[in-house]
Amino acid sequence: MKEEVLSDIINVENLVYKKTPLMTDNILSYCPGCGHGTAHRITMEVLEELGVWKDTIGIAPVGCSVLAYEFMNVDMQQAAHGRAPALATGIKRCWPHKVVFTYQGDGDLAAIGTAETIHACNRGENIVIIFVNNGIYGMTGGQMAPTTLPGMKSSTSPYGRDVHIMGNPLKITELVAELPGVRSVTRQAVHTPGNVRKAKRAIRKAFENQLKYKEGLNFVEIVSNCNSGWKMTPVHSNKWMEENMFPYFPLGDIKVDGEIVNK
Amino acid sequence: MGELKLMKGNEAIAEAAIRAGVDAYFGYPITPQSEVIEYLMAEKPYETTGMVVLQAESEVAAINMVYGAAGTGKKAMTSSSSPGISLKQEGISYMAGAELPCVIVNVVRGGPGLGTIQPSQADYFQAVKGGGHGDYHMIVLAPASVQEMADFVTKGFDLAFKYRTPVMILSDGLIGQMMEKVIMPEHTPRWTDEEIIEKWPWATTGKPGSRERNIITSLDLDSGRQEQHNIHLQKKYKEIHENEIEFEEFMCDDADYLFVAYGSSARIAQKAIKLGREKGIKAGLLRPITLYPFPAEAIHRLAKQVKGILSLELSAGQMVEDIRLSVGCDIKVEHFGRMGGIIHSPAEALQALEDKIIGG
Ligand SMILES: Cc1ncc(C[n+]2csc(CCOP(=O)(O)OP(=O)(O)O)c2C)c(N)n1
Repeated sequence: MKEEVLSDIINVENLVYKKTPLMTDNILSYCPGCGHGTAHRITMEVLEELGVWKDTIGIAPVGCSVLAYEFMNVDMQQAAHGRAPALATGIKRCWPHKVVFTYQGDGDLAAIGTAETIHACNRGENIVIIFVNNGIYGMTGGQMAPTTLPGMKSSTSPYGRDVHIMGNPLKITELVAELPGVRSVTRQAVHTPGNVRKAKRAIRKAFENQLKYKEGLNFVEIVSNCNSGWKMTPVHSNKWMEENMFPYFPLGDIKVDGEIVNK
Repeated sequence: MGELKLMKGNEAIAEAAIRAGVDAYFGYPITPQSEVIEYLMAEKPYETTGMVVLQAESEVAAINMVYGAAGTGKKAMTSSSSPGISLKQEGISYMAGAELPCVIVNVVRGGPGLGTIQPSQADYFQAVKGGGHGDYHMIVLAPASVQEMADFVTKGFDLAFKYRTPVMILSDGLIGQMMEKVIMPEHTPRWTDEEIIEKWPWATTGKPGSRERNIITSLDLDSGRQEQHNIHLQKKYKEIHENEIEFEEFMCDDADYLFVAYGSSARIAQKAIKLGREKGIKAGLLRPITLYPFPAEAIHRLAKQVKGILSLELSAGQMVEDIRLSVGCDIKVEHFGRMGGIIHSPAEALQALEDKIIGG
């Protein structure tokens, strides 16, 4: 391509996409192929589009996304493992007009933080929870998570998860959907452009709900991959996720405006 | 002049919190301190001052709610008793690391384990040595009356915000449950959101375009920077030592013997001293008001004057170790204390002084 032609194309009128200023320029600490980066980006895009970033306080968990505050350009607090919903409760109760969200992995939200998750949901804390379920403990090197599938190998289930010994994967999302304090529950993915668009719409809806209604928790699960922890290539991990994770954790809305829509 | 009331220590904490303009209380019931949250729920300060009161699902959740609120510059507090305070240790360590101000009340009961619901002072080590993981300290205040329960709420928050550190009010089941006269402070209004944003530029109140984002965290994976952070914390503790030591002396001027005691044991020691003086035994009392920072120099000074020191604590002897580190000369330092929720009488305390220090 000739140089003149290129510079003709690269101009402001032809701009169709730009990085949101709500993502910092820090280099993401995630493995190539991991879904966390995309989940971060669409969350920040939503806050930018809604124009609420100046009034937003986010909470990073313990897990791979412990450093979310390095990447998300809003005021952030870093919580102890599993305690993000308690921090969010403390913040939102004191600043009811602020936008508050947590961003948590499955170990954080569905194992060590189960009590905090269930009770924040049950009290109907007016926050958004973004729950990235990759079926494994990514940060600590691939141990079994509460959402590790039956038969799935991890460093602490090296022969596959034996449900008779290790229990069944916890469908915490279906569980919290049952609670009256929860306004909306949805399960999404971010591994294809189509899914990214849908997930972003779902996150947007969750934040819109928080802004519109003064009560009720809005819960977005993102089923994601962990190619490093699953010991697969990024491409293979996404295929494996579609074939194995989605049947167990089906995508779609589970609760809308306080009504269960899909069981 | 404030209002004169007759109250339990636990109620005084709650009433003082409302009057001190505290923004939020998060707690979980446990004997012998449940009156704190019961009083707050009955008073409904959320309808008057706007103070948030919430019963959490656990002490773990409660301290982390405090963390969240404190991270936004609000005056947040919690209270519990020994087993519950153990559960809060992770959160306290995080708050020390993230340099967040808060007040934590421990109305101590006997342990270990579920122990008993009766008064004890056996959580001294946990309170003054750190309690949770990592190199940190809290400022620890030891009230010896219902009045001080009330006064130390305001004092606690002043210190917490001055140094950006958790402050513990280390009380016990006796001070928490007993009723006394107390003069309640006047109402101080809660800080407005605008005041908070101006006063505490570190608080996560939402990032305006005019500043960088604020981050509340105790994490730094870079060891060099983490060491610098630790050095910074240690400097802060040194400053606290230089500025904040508080203690009270009782009949020390002519004393041949010294009791060192805090909280309820200090009250008992005072009576023991009076009994002793009737028999011609000249004892005095040094009462630490701050347990961390510890009044080591005052003890060092008095150790040169007296013939021996008895540490009186409702425990197997914990503060006595810090007294021994403070005396710096060759005098007798012993401990006496009942355990498991039994409270020593003044006569027992005096007998212990006679047996272990004077006669021993
Ligand atoms: C109290 C406590 N226990 C254990 C750990 C160690 N730890 C750090 S991250 C983690 C698991 C995180 O897994 P998950 O929440 O699924 O997030 P991911 O890393 O997969 O994104 C564990 C067990 C810790 N930091 N704190």
